[in-house]
Amino acid sequence: MEKTALNFTLNGAETGVFVDAGANLLDVLRRGVGDQTPKYGCGQGSCGACSVLIDGELHLSCLTLAETVAGKSVETTAGLAGGPELHALQKAFIDGFAAQCGYCTPGMLMAARALLDSNPNPSRDDVAEAISGNICRCTGYEPIIDAILAAASGSGRRFG
Amino acid sequence: MTTIEFRKDLFADERVDDLKQIGKPTVRQDILGHVTGRSPYYDDHLFDGLLHMRCVRSPHHHARIRSIDTSAAERMPGVRRIVMPSDVPHNINTLLSLINFGRDDEPLLSHTKVSYRGEPVCAVIADTERQARAAIAAVRVDWEVLPHVLDVEEALEPDAPVVNEEYPNNTFDYHERYDHQKLRFGDIGAGFAQADRVIEGRYQMSPIEQAPLETCGAIAAPETNDRFVCYTSTQALFFSLGTTAKLLDIASSRLHFVGGTVGGGFGGKVDSIVEPMATLGAVLTGRPVKFMWDRPEEMQVGAPRGGERWYIKDGVMNDGRIVARSFTGFFDCGAYTRLSSYAIIKATGHLPGPYTIPNVASNVYCVYTNRTPATAMRGFGITGVDFAIESHMDKVAEAVGMDPVELRILNAYRDGDMKAHRRLAKNTALIECCQVAADKAGWRIGPQFAAASSLSDGGGDRALIGETVTDQEGRIGERRQRRIPFAPSERGTGRIAAGTAGEAVSAARPQRDDMQPEPERIGHKVSAADPERPAQPAAPPAPAAPPPQAPQPAQATPPPVYEPQAPAEPPAPQSPPPAQPEPYRPSEPFQRGVKRPGASRFISGTRRR
Amino acid sequence: MLSVETFETIEEAAGAVGERSRFMAGGTLLMVAVNYGNQGFDRIVRTSDRRLGEISNAGDRVHIGAGVTMAKVAASRDLAFLAPAARSVGGPAIRNRATVGGNLFAPHPYGDFATALLALDATVHWADGREEPIETVLQNRGQSIGLAAAVSVPRPQADEFRFLKVARVKPKGASVMALAAWLPKSAGRLENTRIAFGAMGATAARVKACEAALNGTNLDERGIEPALQAATEGLSPQDDALASGWYRREVAPIHLKRLLIPERRL
Repeated sequence: MEKTALNFTLNGAETGVFVDAGANLLDVLRRGVGDQTPKYGCGQGSCGACSVLIDGELHLSCLTLAETVAGKSVETTAGLAGGPELHALQKAFIDGFAAQCGYCTPGMLMAARALLDSNPNPSRDDVAEAISGNICRCTGYEPIIDAILAAASGSGRRFG
Repeated sequence: MTTIEFRKDLFADERVDDLKQIGKPTVRQDILGHVTGRSPYYDDHLFDGLLHMRCVRSPHHHARIRSIDTSAAERMPGVRRIVMPSDVPHNINTLLSLINFGRDDEPLLSHTKVSYRGEPVCAVIADTERQARAAIAAVRVDWEVLPHVLDVEEALEPDAPVVNEEYPNNTFDYHERYDHQKLRFGDIGAGFAQADRVIEGRYQMSPIEQAPLETCGAIAAPETNDRFVCYTSTQALFFSLGTTAKLLDIASSRLHFVGGTVGGGFGGKVDSIVEPMATLGAVLTGRPVKFMWDRPEEMQVGAPRGGERWYIKDGVMNDGRIVARSFTGFFDCGAYTRLSSYAIIKATGHLPGPYTIPNVASNVYCVYTNRTPATAMRGFGITGVDFAIESHMDKVAEAVGMDPVELRILNAYRDGDMKAHRRLAKNTALIECCQVAADKAGWRIGPQFAAASSLSDGGGDRALIGETVTDQEGRIGERRQRRIPFAPSERGTGRIAAGTAGEAVSAARPQRDDMQPEPERIGHKVSAADPERPAQPAAPPAPAAPPPQAPQPAQATPPPVYEPQAPAEPPAPQSPPPAQPEPYRPSEPFQRGVKRPGASRFISGTRRR
Repeated sequence: MLSVETFETIEEAAGAVGERSRFMAGGTLLMVAVNYGNQGFDRIVRTSDRRLGEISNAGDRVHIGAGVTMAKVAASRDLAFLAPAARSVGGPAIRNRATVGGNLFAPHPYGDFATALLALDATVHWADGREEPIETVLQNRGQSIGLAAAVSVPRPQADEFRFLKVARVKPKGASVMALAAWLPKSAGRLENTRIAFGAMGATAARVKACEAALNGTNLDERGIEPALQAATEGLSPQDDALASGWYRREVAPIHLKRLLIPERRL
């Protein structure tokens, strides 16, 4: 099968990979590049587990034709922590017990980051709306919403 | 933030208040992996040369397979292997065979017929997922569509289609005797006669898909030491390993299973289907093979919590006391047994709910229909009947004009009460739950109900076991001949005297004396038939005093007659039976390779309980 | 074997669409077909034409390129009246990708935005220059061949246009039904009313008996009663995993009433 060269920026680093025609970005990230942080949950845009940022905008990588990110900047949960220090959202998720099985967490973090990048002081309804495309089957969402609000307000409590 | 309120005022003297972890903030041990996206789910393991496996599935609820033509698929680009039923070394299994419960009834790939929509008949292994999908679409199956049945009660009609040839009566066989699981406690016929009113209800729960965010899947690959590694989403790693060993007829020591990081399960990842499929693919191709359900497969063929239907009939006094309760339950287990047979045992142990009722009977059926096989989900075996019971409690409260919370407190079990499965209740807390819930909801209850306690007024007469009426209705196969009632008989043919006079019946003797239940707990004498065990001084039979709310039968009680538990057995329970084989005792417990009669020969190093 | 061809102009792309090919805009529907190995096509046709993403004013109408995303509609000042309909589609990630043109062809239970466009009597502008009312585009969906380049809608007066989506999942999920109403008034009474339902049939559809019953009335409880009676006349809602056709039919008048006379919520 013919492969096409694809160059893009992944979490700030220039990346190149050969892709099949019709390949979706999720497969290319997971199997082509080896970034396992976006997850497969449905392959049809229903669950949000594969959420990534493309040029700062929230997208579902399973519905993204891989070749359309040529020259663009893709960000995943793998790049969320800037160095050894965790991102405020990651800390808030830890403190707020906002993950159980953890499978939705990378997608949730991307949706939350897209929200906070555009709206640093969201209301509870804003947060619920921002993660409305992300399904979590474990938590019932409340701890996740709490954690995102805590990250936004910088009020995350830390354990000793 | 969610906060927990501790009600340490309740049952304060039953515990030492030294909790070190509960109620204190803590950090999950796995959460750093979760928030960094580094937790290793099965699909996060990369293999070069990974092949992809997909199944050809039945579009019909019930059909015979006349032929399968894979010739076009074999020639498709990227196709490495077609996997046929004949490629499965031991192509028949039941999940609970690993604990010796039930008969093998389900193939990994079906070769003669399919019994539910989505049942797999063969598989394709190809270089890419897309190539596998294209090849699947090119497989031609010649189906002979058969009549199907999707309703539990229709499946028990004499002329209903046979869903599962291993169980031709469309019911699981319980104890090699009945087509349902029986519970008999007291005399419901007399209870209904004594009651001021009889209140009936019908309740139903649809199948529920667990819908974990990560679909079921596994990646298997040959290792360099003549073993196969399998990374899996399973919730039951050793179940999956044992099942794979059995289906593939391969020593379990050659299987290296890695799991433990599960993207949500909720009971839907115990059925051990993706692991044998992926491992079989690795065996047949010598390459790493991934078998992953996509979302529609997860929803269509991923085993759900099965549908249930319950009929409840209560005999109630005008003051709200429930004196008799009869259940007729149907579990829709789908086309194959999986875990439903066992869920029913668990459901029956739960009856009649957290209430003290002197006369209880239930017939619960594990019914085969042409639906997706059912399996575990949170609240295994209990959720459906609890919904039915609590809905019915509201109906009873309305019928007798009583507050529903007060009705529950009135009938609630208390410490020391005898439950229908003949164990004494302890650590009961329904009354306190009702009181706290009513208080939180601003729901006013009468002072005597607000003052009630699980710790007082239980036991005594409520700990006694009344005379129990038994019957032999619903023997295996009877329903194929004629229609017989589903509900428990209200005119039994046998009697077990009040107290602990009955005889324990168990399929397998306990291996050790200390596993033998005590007669005062189970309401039965322990069998003295075990030659190895010194006859325990049987507890003197309790007087045949019925519990306080128990009915007085209208006519004179006939003298106690023991119903013969099996016609062939000697009638006198006290005399030792003819020589029986020695009960099995492991000579070398906890060692690898223990061989026991009836144990899976594929599992090493396990020992029952 | 799949191939992807990207053209510079919408006209070129339209010419390239043919047998065993599909046009991809946002991809929210077509990528699902790709991911699930749909064997019905092996060519994907795309265009990088910037005109597809433009929103422009033309007299009393607004032109919306077929490639405009729901997120862009929701953010557009010119399209404030359509923002509630755009925001009702999917979650934020879907809205960053789902397009106006794609929504015209979204199968049940999707197509909420097309329901709003139908109530507004939108015109579909095909790539070959033809113009067609959205109503016939929806009715002939599946048979018509062509590439939608844009839609244009009249700009309703404030409060003349209303949209409501009914879903079981909060804050949102796929439609049990979507309702859109264009309620122009003349001398205080309704005139030229348009009522459209989504997810109440294979495509969004008007209920003309309901519209006729509303014309000439006031928007009050008594006035709308005959329209509620006729709420589902001519609709044939389907059973699906979200709701049965029976249920949809039963609750449609209640939701229509909520749309026409918004309840005061405490």
